[in-house]
Amino acid sequence: MNKIFKTLLVALLIGQIAHIEAKQIAKERSIYRNVVIVEEGRERCMRFETRRRQITNQACIDLKEPNKLVFEYAHGVLAGYALKPQPKRILIIGLGGGVLSNVMHEISPEAEITSVDIDPVVVEMAKEYFNYQENDKVKTEIKDGRVFVKRALLKNEKYDWIILDAFNGDYIPEHLMSKEFLSEVKGLLDDDGLLSANTFSNSKLYDYESATYQHVFGDLQIFKAPTKGNRVIFACNCEAFKVFPQYSPELKATLIKYQVDVDRVWRRISDKVDWDINSEILTDQYSPANLLKQN
Amino acid sequence: MRKATILLLAFSAGFSIMCFELLGGRMLAPFFGSSIYVWGSIITVFMLALSIGYLTGGRFSLYNASLNRYGGIFIIAALSLVPTIFYSEQVFKFVFQYIEDPRYGSLVAATLVYLVPTIIMGMIAPYSVRILTISVDTSGHTAGFLYFVSTIGSAIGTIMTSFYFVLWMEVNQILWLTFSILFVCGCLAFAMGSLEKSANPEMTSA
Repeated sequence: MNKIFKTLLVALLIGQIAHIEAKQIAKERSIYRNVVIVEEGRERCMRFETRRRQITNQACIDLKEPNKLVFEYAHGVLAGYALKPQPKRILIIGLGGGVLSNVMHEISPEAEITSVDIDPVVVEMAKEYFNYQENDKVKTEIKDGRVFVKRALLKNEKYDWIILDAFNGDYIPEHLMSKEFLSEVKGLLDDDGLLSANTFSNSKLYDYESATYQHVFGDLQIFKAPTKGNRVIFACNCEAFKVFPQYSPELKATLIKYQVDVDRVWRRISDKVDWDINSEILTDQYSPANLLKQN
Repeated sequence: MRKATILLLAFSAGFSIMCFELLGGRMLAPFFGSSIYVWGSIITVFMLALSIGYLTGGRFSLYNASLNRYGGIFIIAALSLVPTIFYSEQVFKFVFQYIEDPRYGSLVAATLVYLVPTIIMGMIAPYSVRILTISVDTSGHTAGFLYFVSTIGSAIGTIMTSFYFVLWMEVNQILWLTFSILFVCGCLAFAMGSLEKSANPEMTSA
């Protein structure tokens, strides 16, 4: 027991000493971590303070062109509009800066958007520094994603588009990656409901994770981000998901505003199974995602 | 021989406690998340259980302390893990339905599932001191050395579970492993007890 506390203490101390690059404009402490806002060049980003060399941005916006979607994976997620041109109820698990929620509210103002984030400080900072908008259509719930999903299931809630965006931190929430969790998410989807999950595309975890999604949903369509190690898995609560539909001219015109190059995005969406289909799957009983990611 | 065995048993008890505690977090996460308060609930329940265990274990050692009784604690501790393996999910489900706040939900769930086995495991430490103590003069040294061994066991149980076991095995398999360790320890104590009895028939208590 004492060991754990000591390790934590040492980790905290090192974290304090570690130098943080880029100009820090704000920092708030939450029960989980320190959340910092930095500005570098023309970008403003949200980060979780870390002692590691490698820094992951939780959210970024372009200060000169606020409409521009900075993250490649977000371009991929929006390809989902080809399947759900008029979503009615959207669930986003993992708010970050709220950039996706803002863009989707703009594209489909009629849709009810619920975002779930575990960290209240992230939500506050999203509002303050990323102009995250809440209104009668856009709501935020401060909860663990798994807990939210389980409660929503008890209430028989349904969504037609669920976006899983809880995996860009340093630590993967392992209980949001198991077969059981994905089955619960599937249970929240309407018939033909769509899931877009922003996940990893490297490390040993790739096989396990892909096999788990495939086990629960069957056919997958996957967008691989061109330069970053992200991918977006598309899956649906339907019989078969063999083809990813072409974009409509209207969608192309809509997405240009956010500097999404639809041709480039669509070129990188494929149904190719490039993982070991015999891989073990992740379950609540077996989910060493963080250990697998390191291997 | 006797000393070495008891130290090994105390080590195993320390090992099992932390193994069990770490799995607690994993088992609660699907229902209550993995927030800091879920860990807070688990650690609270474990600390509470251990304190009760130390108290009862010490009390229990006042009456006819013997290796057989010592072994009995291990066997009961092992058996108390069995309901955890089979019914914890139902308990968590039940609590989840009735308590919305994941803080109190996880606290209640952790109490229901982890309190009793941990109390029993906590009884082992003071009982080990009783079994091993020869004289009042050396009792502090004996107790200190036992804490040393069992806490090293806890440290190793923690690192093995979090670094390796979860990669090698499913949660329930690790629980069965803990069960087996405790069970074998209990049998060892019994064996040791009967060995001593046959070697020295007059000796009734340790």
